[in-house]
Parts: sequence; structure tokens; C-alpha cells
Amino acid sequence: MSIDTETARRVAKLARIKVEEADLPALAQDFNRILGFVEQLNEVDIEGVEPMTSVTPMRLKRRADEVTDGDQQNKVLSNAPDAREGFFAVPKVVE
Amino acid sequence: MLDLTYEPPKPKVISGATGDWELVIGLEVHAQVSSRSKLFSGASTKFGSEPNSNVAFVDAAMPGMLPVINEFCVEQAVRTGLGLKAEINLVSAFDRKNYFYPDLPQGYQISQLYHPIVGEGEILVDMGPGIARLVRVERIHLEQDAGKSIHDMDPHMSFVDLNRTGVALMEIVSRPDIRGPEEAAAYVVKLRQILRYLGTCDGNMQNGSMRADVNVSVCRPGDYEKYQETQDFSHLGTRCEIKNMNSMRFIQQAIDVEARRQIALLEDGKEVVQETRLYDPDKGETRSMRSKEEAHDYRYFPCPDLLPLEIEQAWVDDIKASLPELPDAKRVRFVTDYGMTEYDASVLTADVENAAFFEDVATGRDGKLAANWVINELFGRLKKEDREIADSPVSAAQLGGIVELISKGDISGKIAKDLFEIVWTEGGDPATLVEERGMKQVTDTGAIETEVERIIAENPAQVEKAKVNPKLAGWFVGQVMKATGGKANPQAVNEIVAAKLGL
Repeated sequence: MSIDTETARRVAKLARIKVEEADLPALAQDFNRILGFVEQLNEVDIEGVEPMTSVTPMRLKRRADEVTDGDQQNKVLSNAPDAREGFFAVPKVVE
Repeated sequence: MLDLTYEPPKPKVISGATGDWELVIGLEVHAQVSSRSKLFSGASTKFGSEPNSNVAFVDAAMPGMLPVINEFCVEQAVRTGLGLKAEINLVSAFDRKNYFYPDLPQGYQISQLYHPIVGEGEILVDMGPGIARLVRVERIHLEQDAGKSIHDMDPHMSFVDLNRTGVALMEIVSRPDIRGPEEAAAYVVKLRQILRYLGTCDGNMQNGSMRADVNVSVCRPGDYEKYQETQDFSHLGTRCEIKNMNSMRFIQQAIDVEARRQIALLEDGKEVVQETRLYDPDKGETRSMRSKEEAHDYRYFPCPDLLPLEIEQAWVDDIKASLPELPDAKRVRFVTDYGMTEYDASVLTADVENAAFFEDVATGRDGKLAANWVINELFGRLKKEDREIADSPVSAAQLGGIVELISKGDISGKIAKDLFEIVWTEGGDPATLVEERGMKQVTDTGAIETEVERIIAENPAQVEKAKVNPKLAGWFVGQVMKATGGKANPQAVNEIVAAKLGL
């Protein structure tokens, strides 16, 4: 798989990261080097090996269905650039 | 268990300029899980709270916060799966669906794309007595809901409330087995009914507890059968997805409008483009949500914050053992146990609370009579006054008392209606009311006979006419009923009048 400039532009846009036009070819190259490295892993024979999802054999931690959090409107909104009447206020987004 | 047999309904056909077209529909229903707290945080799920008051730092996606799964939400999804006769996956996993929107602070939704908790199931969609469509459910997965954006509070700003952010949703995905707008609405009705029986979703569509995305395509007659034989989608037309429908009426309208749009395109020699569309009920049209197109690249990947969800078969078995009786089984039982029609059984089992109310009325009494009174008198009156069964002024015990008095012959059906009215407006125990207000039916034939004889003696001309035309006996019956204030047993009066007139 090879990443071209167009794909790099698209990935940057989807991730909402601003990349100058002049920097796109280098970014695409970076992607290609990373993918190339990952490709090497394909050489390992993993026939019959279970995917490892955690380094320690743990069961997913569960929580009881109880209300233990919330009621902190001020704290939740405290980092917002703009908040009004208990809401986050953001530039208008309409479909 | 006795089964009610059924035939599948005929698919909806739309005639175009170049011939007939059929519809193929699949639904993705988002059902909010009934739980106290959210899927991955301890914040409340309560509807209608002060904005941003039910928000934990996990929901607001503050850096360093980690999700911890609510075990009850998992149980609810398993219960739903079992209620839809579906396969339960003992190992499932969570993935991130990445997109940006102001009401999604994480920048991704935690969902289950690759390994959903529930696999294939089915829903029997009722379309009337003896007609039903068995719709296959492809999967159910657990995911987080997004927050709510409000666009009409300020001309330049949108306001965001994260109270709903992170509330557990079940996405219930059907196969494209639905063949018309009415079937699609009936599917949602039936799914809602089952979820409410199970107690896994309150089904409140107005509050957004249930929303549907509808996939619609059109094909020529015969093509759908080829798809069903081969499960090869190439026999079907290109589909469009209509997002976020929250009323049965709009679902039907949108499907009809969208199918006609697609037919017009195809008959014009154009192509249907696979895309996401919105239904505008004011204009009666669907329109493309172009902004969604690029965002459709969701770059799913396994959520690194969550281990796979492993559950035990014994736990699943316990949940299965605790399942309530579901609508189909209840309907069959009502028909067999109470001897009512399938239609009446459908009405009574439509909602779990109505069914429970009816059973309280009917237990130990005449089931058919109880069904009549619950459906015709009680439901009729509730509907007229726009009330729910939960705040019915007449309790199941009171209505049961009325039914019992009719069965015993203490009151006639007509007097029973007056009694119902009294209980509805004033309350009280029906048996006591009948005693106190002298509403008891006269079954004493001696007393009725005296009355009949008196009326015959006073109206010789009517007697002569009745002998020529026996239908006029009804006049005498009416006079007796009037004289006794409606309390005489009508059947006894009929018999005695006929005998005394020598008819």
C-alpha cells in the first residue's frame, strides 16, 4: 500500500489537522515509511496464535448501574471558550 | 405452544411509466437502553435535566478519563437479543467510529462494528389477523449516544448539551426483508412493543428513545425473490439511507417519497447514487446530506481503552430464565385461555401495561366479557379523555367487580354502563354501589309477570296489533323495562311477554 499526496491531504482533513500544501509530499513519505515498517510484521507467522489484546490477562472491568457522577455543570463548562445558559456555545452548525 | 399461522403480506407495488416497481427496505433502529447511568460513566440518564448537569468528565472527554462499562447495559442488550431469539456472542469488542461534530466531544463514538454482542435474530411483524412478515435481524450492537445540538436559540451560535452524550444505545439492524412503508412502520411498532415488554427501552419516540434510519431501494417484480434465493445484493437496486426518523407516520411518508424519487430517476435513464438523505416533512421530500459524505470515512479501529467484553453462558442462561412472556406468546395464550378473537388479543397485548391490566380484570372471571369491557368501555373512555392506563380512574379490581356483577346476572349490560360511569366519576366498590343505589336487576319472574300482565291489561289495542305482527312484542318489552327502571332481566322479560301474548 502506498500513500500519495492526495490521500495524505484527505487523512489530514478527516483528522482536522491543518497541513500546508508544501508539506503534504513529506507527510505522505512519512506515512509510507511507517506502513513499510508495519508491513514487516506481516512476515511473522501467526498461524494459530490468538490476538493479544492486553499484556496482562485481565477481564474487562465492570461498573454497577448507579448514578455516581454528574451534577457539575460549572466544572464541565469551565474550559469552554463560550458557554451560555448552561450550554456550550459553538459556531452555528446546521445540516 | 400453539402457534397462530400466518401468510406473508403482498409487497407494495408502485406503477411507473415503464412498468411496476417493488420496494426493498431495511431498518437500523437506535433504541436507548433503559438504565440509571450511562454506558461508560456514572452520570445519570434522566431525560429533561438541566443542560450539562448529567455529565461526567468521561462524557465530556476530558484528557486522561477512561471508560468503565455499565454491566446492566450489557445485560439489557443480552436480554433484548434473547427476546428477538437471537444468537448471543460471548465475546464482543468495542471499536472507535471517528468523526467530528460539536456534540461528540471524544471525536469518536465507541461502538461495536466488528464484533457485536448480539448476532442473528428475528421479528414477526404483524400486519393484521393471519398476516405477518418474519423479518430477520442481522445484529444488535451497543454504542454511545451523542449529545444534543440546539440551533434555534441564537442566530449565530449552536448550543450543545452533553446530557445524552454517552447514554447506552442498542443499534438493531434488520435485513432488507421489509417490503412496504406500512410494513416498515409495523416493524418499528412490533420492535417497540417487544422492547417495552422486556423493559430494555421505554420506546418513547418523542423523547428520542427510539430513532430509525431507513434504507430504501427499488427493484422490478421478481428481482427480490432472486436476492432471497441467493442473498446476492446485485439483484437489488442501489439504496439510499434516510436518517433519524422518529415517528411512524414520517417513516411511511419518507419511504414512499424516496421510492418515487428513485423510480423517477431510473425511468429517466439516470442512476440512483448511494447516499444519506434527510426527510423534510414540511416539503414532503428527501434531500441529500452532502456534508455526511466525506465524514462517511469513519476509520474504525478497536478501542484501545476497552478490553474485549467476555460474558459467561451461565449468566446468559440466567437472563433467559428471567425473560417475561413476550407479545406473540401472550397473544396466543389470550386466544386459547380466554376464547377471544385474535384481533381482541392483539389489541390487549399491544402494550405490556394494558395486557397486565386486562389479566387483573379477567383472572377468575369471564375472560371474553372482561375483554369486551376493557377494550370497548375502558379503552374507549381513556382514549376519549386522552389518558393512559396508568392513571385510569377505574382500577382493574373495580372493573373486575363490574364484570362479575354482569356474569352473576345482578345487573344488565345497560345498567353496567351506568355503573361504570359512576365508578369512573365517583369511585367506589361496584357491588356496594349496586346495593346502595338499588341498581340490582329484577330476576324475580313473579314481579316481572305482574308488570307484564298490568301492561297487557292497560293496552288492549296494542295486544291486538301484536297478535297480527309479533314484532310489536318489543314494545311491551320496552314498557316493562321502562316501568322497572331498566332493572328487569331483559331475557326474562322477552320470554314472559311472548308467553303472555301467546306468540
